[in-house]
Amino acid sequence: MTLFDRLMRLDRRWVFLFLAAVCIAGYYIDYSIPIRVTNEVRSIYKFIDSLPEGDIVFVAIDYDPSNQAELHPMTYAIMEHAFRNNLKVMFTALSQNGPGMADQAIRDITDSVALDRTYNGQLYEGREIKNGVDYTFLGYKPYYAIIILSMGQNFRISFPTDYYGTPLDSLPMMRGVLNYDDVACVIDLSGGNITDAWISYGQGRYNFPMALGLTGVMTAQYYPYLNSGQIFGIMGGMLGAAQYERLADNPGLAIDGMRVQLPAHIVIVLFIIIGNIGYFMSRRRQAMEGR
Amino acid sequence: MRRQLPFILVFLSGAFMVFQYFVPHESSEFVYEFLLDWLTIIGGFAMVLGIWSLIRVSYDKIQRKRENWGYSVITLAGLFSMIFFGITNWQDGFGFYILQADGLNNPMFVHFFDYILIPIQATMFSLLAFFIASAAYRAFRARSVIASLLLLAALIVMMRFNPLFGAWIEDVANWLMNVPNLAAQRAIVIGLGLGMVATALKIILGIERGYMGQG
Amino acid sequence: MDFTTFLWTTLGAFLTLATFSFLYKDNPFYKLAEHLVVGVSAGYFMIIVWHGTMVPNLFNKLLDGDWFLLFLNSNQWWYVFPGILGVLMWTRFSRKYGWISRWPMALYIGIAAGVAVPLEMSNKVNKQLVATMVDIEWSNFFGAGIWDPFSGFANLLIFVGAISGLIYFFFSKAHTGAFGGVAKLGIWTLMIGFGASFGFTVMARISLFINRLQYLDQNWAQTAFDSTNPNYNTGFQLVFWLVVLMLLAYAVWEFIAYLRRRGEASTPE
Repeated sequence: MTLFDRLMRLDRRWVFLFLAAVCIAGYYIDYSIPIRVTNEVRSIYKFIDSLPEGDIVFVAIDYDPSNQAELHPMTYAIMEHAFRNNLKVMFTALSQNGPGMADQAIRDITDSVALDRTYNGQLYEGREIKNGVDYTFLGYKPYYAIIILSMGQNFRISFPTDYYGTPLDSLPMMRGVLNYDDVACVIDLSGGNITDAWISYGQGRYNFPMALGLTGVMTAQYYPYLNSGQIFGIMGGMLGAAQYERLADNPGLAIDGMRVQLPAHIVIVLFIIIGNIGYFMSRRRQAMEGR
Repeated sequence: MRRQLPFILVFLSGAFMVFQYFVPHESSEFVYEFLLDWLTIIGGFAMVLGIWSLIRVSYDKIQRKRENWGYSVITLAGLFSMIFFGITNWQDGFGFYILQADGLNNPMFVHFFDYILIPIQATMFSLLAFFIASAAYRAFRARSVIASLLLLAALIVMMRFNPLFGAWIEDVANWLMNVPNLAAQRAIVIGLGLGMVATALKIILGIERGYMGQG
Repeated sequence: MDFTTFLWTTLGAFLTLATFSFLYKDNPFYKLAEHLVVGVSAGYFMIIVWHGTMVPNLFNKLLDGDWFLLFLNSNQWWYVFPGILGVLMWTRFSRKYGWISRWPMALYIGIAAGVAVPLEMSNKVNKQLVATMVDIEWSNFFGAGIWDPFSGFANLLIFVGAISGLIYFFFSKAHTGAFGGVAKLGIWTLMIGFGASFGFTVMARISLFINRLQYLDQNWAQTAFDSTNPNYNTGFQLVFWLVVLMLLAYAVWEFIAYLRRRGEASTPE
């Protein structure tokens, strides 16, 4: 048995252990990697950065805990950016466990925005973020395509109350806010099919500026919409989140995580190369034996 | 009656929605908003169906003492404690809040989500990191020209943030995403869109009936 | 962080590690976590649907009526009907009356199909076709270099790639001759697309693991040793070591079992 035969028959748990060891080592070694910003992400940042104070950013938190690794950092970076610029934010959560994710993000960001911080050389004073004044959290409803359509008519059709049970009309922020026409843009952070519904039923029917934050698995699929102008930006996976954190000068879990991606990716590439060398060696041997 | 009425209903509601899109008159908008409102409510009822099956399957397992039935007790305990926390709150004295949403702020309800649901669900999904490593090791082979193309594109995308390669690899990866990948995904999107429209039309016109089941 | 929150964080860390133990093999800890999460997420969802949909969208609108009149005397009495349709959904579990659940289903399917026809056509097909067939900017044909994704040349490539990809999906004609050649170009384009997707997928999957590492270290382990915390006491470390010891004990137990199995396997009969 050659070395490669042995490698190919290795118990896969050794592969697991090796990957885990490399990631843990990468996590504890102190280094950083440069994050280069792509146009797809920069356009989202610029859009939000250029909005006048008081405008409403609609953030759709359509992911479950299983995708929080990639999408939670985006939510945090965008929310913090919006609140620091005195924008108002509306949230929905149209996936099953989405409301809990939004709830957690709101609690954490409220604490964070209360502190004084400096971003890109500018000091932002801490302030208290109030429900109904600075943000409105609409919550979850079933049948996301129907909800997206109905919000184009009037938010109150599907959401007579917000997540906490307060009627929308009694929230100061919602006075005069009828439907998508009254929000500056929609940012969909999603780990599943809901994105398609946002594009076809939301943006496609009611024509509002829209950007996406996606899991890495989905990212490549949504480039056609960027080129056709249906969306104005894409944040893809942890790298997209890290780029936003870099632009907003607010390093968080994504920039921290991208460090670890580097050794992990090198390991995966090595695995692919070793696997292929083994494959070609065994094929050559078979050809020689056959002759 | 049993078979025909649903199909008539599908046709009427489907045809109305198509009509409404092209003729957005005040009165058609009125019906449209009504239908969307009603469907949300029906959806609420439909969502409970899955939970009822879960209860039934778990209860059945416990009652018949099937293998590993003890774990089903844990499932039901998790389910009912979550429901209990969701309708109670004891921050200012204990109380049941069936029609008020105070239960959503019950610390136990929030903690169960943050410290039980999130860790387990996130970790279960993260096992895939290891499975993809193992697949990369065993299955990802340059067997033919097209497989090699796939491999090459994947390697470039995977190495794009690697500082060892310099800036050129980011340019190549960026081009790859915005040109060939875009073309490929566009072909898929158009194909998918046509397929969806065709299926929807078949459903409205009653040509496709499989979704209703037998009987 | 106070001690109670730390205990909860520890529970999260324990459940994270219990779930990871599946990578070695299926075991009671993993099973516990798996079954627990199914129940908790179902219960959570039920509450979200109740407080989020049933109460505000239905009951709040009917509660000014009387239940024994089926709420028909409430101001918005027409909300009784979606309620009835919703209840009819539940007949699905009955063999005898299961067919009634098709009525509300039919309404939903009809509406979903009806909105899909114009909107999917316009947004997935028409707008994409329009974006594919743009004028090629001859003045900007080479753009800022070969890797410029916004040059006229890139537009031409997108056009050729998308059309040949569509031709590859067209199976009503045999892929031979010139048609077959274009189809081949199509599959090459598609493969590059799938490759790019795969590259992103690897990043996505690794992110998930990194996220758990961050939780275990930043939320749990660092808090356990963070003496700058105003609520810090020795209990933090005690709880941390308790979980680590438990894990080690389990690992040793598994290792002994492994050695025993190996010993049995190598003993000649």
